[in-house]
Amino acid sequence: MQTSTTLNGRISDCNFWIWSRLQEYQVIGRHLPSEANPTPKLYRMRIFAPNDVVAKSRFWYFLGKLRKIKKANGEIVSMSQIHEKRPQKVKNFGIWIRYDSRSGTHNMYKEYREMSRTDAVDALYQDMAARHRSRFRQVQILKVVEVVKAADIRRPYMKQLLTKGLKFPLPHRINKKAGGKKIFAAHRPSTFF
Amino acid sequence: MGDVEISTSQWRYVEVGRVVLFSGGEYDGKLAAIVEIIDHKRVLVDGPSKTGIVPRHSAPLAHVSLTPIVLPKLPRAIGVGALKKAWEKAEVDSQFEKTTWAKKRAQFQKRRQLNDFERFKVMKLRKQARFEVRKTLAKVRSAA
Repeated sequence: MQTSTTLNGRISDCNFWIWSRLQEYQVIGRHLPSEANPTPKLYRMRIFAPNDVVAKSRFWYFLGKLRKIKKANGEIVSMSQIHEKRPQKVKNFGIWIRYDSRSGTHNMYKEYREMSRTDAVDALYQDMAARHRSRFRQVQILKVVEVVKAADIRRPYMKQLLTKGLKFPLPHRINKKAGGKKIFAAHRPSTFF
Repeated sequence: MGDVEISTSQWRYVEVGRVVLFSGGEYDGKLAAIVEIIDHKRVLVDGPSKTGIVPRHSAPLAHVSLTPIVLPKLPRAIGVGALKKAWEKAEVDSQFEKTTWAKKRAQFQKRRQLNDFERFKVMKLRKQARFEVRKTLAKVRSAA
């Protein structure tokens, strides 16, 4: 069961690596069947991970915390990658997370404007790393939801992007292509292009 | 103190319908329209131009330059087909070719292709043209 998806999964991982750091996987697993319980309950998770190996590992990590099942007495029934339904549409995502800081555990709700769920989660990890110096292992994603109605957006940094007739200039640009920073320059740089 | 006239500067805006020019990268020199603003640094662009297609994707604003052309009253997140129609109706390609910006670009690209002798010929011709201009200018000056 476990080996059936790995080869295809790997190949598509390589292609998608360019697009985004993370993929979304659906992992279904259960306790090993025994004589006492020949049909154990199935558990399904949607997991964001860089590849299928990490996804399976995270599945066992979470399941071990929630139920009395571990990798040694359980099995993965199926595993598949979830692709974005409309990857060319800009969407607003709300993400609930549980974050272990240096002093305690916090719940958080954050909003991101991205083209896909994986992009939003990727942006979340980058944002958490920037603002809180968090690592991948410290952030657990509870729920990722697309916020369809603009009225349901909560964060001001998102609201400002949803104003009607939004427009803004690019008043002071720095041309990174023109050689970058030098100690001396013959001309003042052009900041309009 | 003299009277100072203050006028606001004419910025080109990042807005839905603005035509942008890619500089560097995969779509270097290709035109695309802003279909939707993702955030302050990224926009969703789509370029149905005949000179080079830019597929619909999220592009950083750092990779593009804003042109003076705007597709009028473009709805947000317009579809691919409707955008193509609006693009052709506004005649974006021919409009951009008319700008000095596009002409300079074409000139630079052409000059870059020349070999050493052709560059020499360009220099000679430029000198001749300059000489003619100065001759007429001197005539006008002496007459005045």
